[in-house]
Amino acid sequence: MSAWRLASAAALLALLTWPVAGRAAERCVALEGGRVWLPSGPVEGATVVIVGERVAAAAAGAAVPEGCERVDVSGRVVTPGFVEVQSQLGLIEVEMESSTDDAHAGTQETPNPSVRASFSVADAYNPRSTVIPVTRLGGVTSALSVPDGGLIAGRSAFVDLAGGSQAEAVVRRDVAMHASVGGGGDSRAWTLGRLRALLTEARDFQTHEAAWRQNRTPPLAFPPAELVALRPVLAGTMPLVLDVDRASDIEAALRLASDFGLRLVVSGGAEAWMVADALARAKVPVIVDAMLNAPERFDRIRARADNASLLWAAGVPLLLTTASTHNARTLGQVAGNAVRAGLPVEAAMRALTETPARVFGIADRGRLAAGARANVVVWSGDPFEVSSAPERIFIGGRDIPRVSRQTLLRDRYRRLERLHAPLGLPTGAAASPR
Amino acid sequence: MSEARGRRRPWNEVGIAVAALGLVACGGAGAHVAADGKQARLIERLDAIEAAGNRPIEAPGVATGPRALLVGGTVLTAEGHRYSPGWVLIDGGRIRGVGEGEPPADERAARVDVSGRFVTPGLIDTHSHLGVYPSPSARAHGDGNEATAPGTAGVWAEHSFWPQDPGLERAVAGGVTTLQALPGSANLIGGRGVTLHLAPQRGSRAMRFPGAPVGVKMACGENPKRVYGERKQAPSTRMGNTRAFRELFLKARDASQKLAKADDEDALPRDLDSESLIAVLEGRALVQVHCYRADDMLGVLQVADEMGFEVRSFHHAVEAYKIRDILAARHVSVSTWADWWGFKMEAYDAIPENAALVDEAGARAVIHSDSARGIQRLNQEAGKAMAAGRRAGVDLSEDDALRWITANAAWTLGIEDQVGTLETGKRADIVVWDADPLSVYASADLVFIDGVLRYDRSRPQPPWSDFELGQDVQP
Repeated sequence: MSAWRLASAAALLALLTWPVAGRAAERCVALEGGRVWLPSGPVEGATVVIVGERVAAAAAGAAVPEGCERVDVSGRVVTPGFVEVQSQLGLIEVEMESSTDDAHAGTQETPNPSVRASFSVADAYNPRSTVIPVTRLGGVTSALSVPDGGLIAGRSAFVDLAGGSQAEAVVRRDVAMHASVGGGGDSRAWTLGRLRALLTEARDFQTHEAAWRQNRTPPLAFPPAELVALRPVLAGTMPLVLDVDRASDIEAALRLASDFGLRLVVSGGAEAWMVADALARAKVPVIVDAMLNAPERFDRIRARADNASLLWAAGVPLLLTTASTHNARTLGQVAGNAVRAGLPVEAAMRALTETPARVFGIADRGRLAAGARANVVVWSGDPFEVSSAPERIFIGGRDIPRVSRQTLLRDRYRRLERLHAPLGLPTGAAASPR
Repeated sequence: MSEARGRRRPWNEVGIAVAALGLVACGGAGAHVAADGKQARLIERLDAIEAAGNRPIEAPGVATGPRALLVGGTVLTAEGHRYSPGWVLIDGGRIRGVGEGEPPADERAARVDVSGRFVTPGLIDTHSHLGVYPSPSARAHGDGNEATAPGTAGVWAEHSFWPQDPGLERAVAGGVTTLQALPGSANLIGGRGVTLHLAPQRGSRAMRFPGAPVGVKMACGENPKRVYGERKQAPSTRMGNTRAFRELFLKARDASQKLAKADDEDALPRDLDSESLIAVLEGRALVQVHCYRADDMLGVLQVADEMGFEVRSFHHAVEAYKIRDILAARHVSVSTWADWWGFKMEAYDAIPENAALVDEAGARAVIHSDSARGIQRLNQEAGKAMAAGRRAGVDLSEDDALRWITANAAWTLGIEDQVGTLETGKRADIVVWDADPLSVYASADLVFIDGVLRYDRSRPQPPWSDFELGQDVQP
């Protein structure tokens, strides 16, 4: 944990000292007059200066360099782009079409391996998925694309929702390990026991690998590649995101994390409010879907609308999620519902921006501050209100057109009388294709 | 139930037009052109059959709403008026007056000050599986799909409905006062839906919305062909879907003739599946069709014309915007979401402007939920769809968007004469919101059903659901 904190502090320091001068050739845009969400909170009339891929300045009265394009955004709201941390963006095009699903691994193998720690989704990430432009139109500019299924689902990738190549879009691969316990088939005690056995063998294998290679150890219970893949989790450099809802399961997960020195992140956490103090003491972040307020499953009997605000009040690092791929664009609405249930607006904004970036170690996202990556959204109004929408979207400083497959369908069918209009005859000399 | 009868029937007009061209095949209009006497006998027998199958067991709820005057709030009527401040007078479970400014003096009425708040009709969800797929998800409670044959018109959702579903109270807390509980979409003809009033009761019969017509749930497209195709049964393709639809209706037409012709009153030929479809053919039941793709909807309309029935509403209908002119001309309503998409191929072309474009074309748009979560936030979904439409240049008022979850939904369920707007004489199904109801921040403060206060956010009560009682008695 402390190593990781040091590393992120170093990254932040590097950021703050990032040079903004001497880049005259880069595009400069100044957003002036809006209500700007700075790290300290919203400031009326502050200025955001974007130079190239970065925020050069974000402050009230920030100086606008000569030749910079000045955009009046008064009456608008400027925020860091939102970060969705529990989706399969770029991994699934159509949920029910398995040929478009790259979030699940090993499902064709027999026996179906439930431990897929070596599965890294980054190589499957499709930056041209039609889901990505749709998602951007909800003001979401980055995402953790996560694998799903099995005891250990695999490793997620942190992506920016722009760029036509993996090289551009994938910010960092192997960001976190994802796992799930509770609520199906085997006893949760058995599942947790398997997880402990796995982690124990992975830990032992670190010291016994050479002996194993010389056939001097008993056979392994788990594939060696999976054991090796778990090393960063055991070292505390890679968070383990555990999908778990029932309060007693969260307790068990906290014991597990403590015993193995893991950097635990709880995802789902329908009953997390019941163990909020323990989560706060262990500094374990919780990823909450604020729409989850009903006893939908036996694991979620005590789900309630104010889960997020109770966790926040107890001091638990809070992240908000849609828990959706195709409707990750509704992240602002999720935050609005959390606010309706009592979460302070500032806490909700952090839960969509700064906190996910910090928890997953991508320190230059989620904040409007000098040196930060210019993932910036200009909203028509309150970004959590269902009537609001982005008017400008910048990702890595790039001005993103507000176009998606859905807007093109809308435009095609906007005037039915113009649909399938015949081609007119060619005018002038008919040119034949060469 | 008789309300639906005698409505304008576009298929009749189509039938006449086709006949004029000399194209009508023998028996093309089936039971509808039977001799008047035989038709009357059929109707009489159907009435008797329905009455026998619908005997009340648990006592229906009695509306004994107080005389009360809601004053000082912004009243949104869903029939074109916004009174700010306005007032609503209720008494005996009915709306007795609605207006602007200072209400008429009424010493008998209890004054409820709703200053700064918003008053709307109770919301109506045309598509819910509450009670038939209740919370918590349990194998023992998966009662929404009788997926044992593609045509099961004879099953009734009310016979699956669990009145202890914790989702019901949450729906009311979201301002919903009426919903249609539907069978699922595994089958081409899934069975009868039931329109329910959401006051807590011990059984579904007591919850039935008085006088609401039966709904018959159908489904086109991917689901039926997947469910049966995976079992190597018919249907396994879209063309198989259509053949099965036609065969089921042909069978119902035969059954209808037999029922009308039978001489022995004490030994009528009974066939529950066909009886639900006869109700469809006779216009007594409203057809609610799960259908996503535009071309699939057109295919269902073709079967409807051939067999002689009307589609009341296409549900989900994410591509309705592509055929909104046709749906408007045929008076088919569109029950859809604000923005669900992409979970299956037939949901790939959904756009957030769907409801707005359908509305603009003159068809009735409805925002439905199909979800225990969504039903709690229909107001937000309507607000979202309105905003998407406005951004696309569709001229929409707040009243228009409110109709998507009230008046248009009431029409879809055939109860528009009773609920869906704030008008004198209608049932006093009323919601008081703490903010503009189309805002993400709005919560229902008070919910009246038949003039009876069923929910008050400021006065938490023990849970309605017996299931939820005692889930948290540990210290």
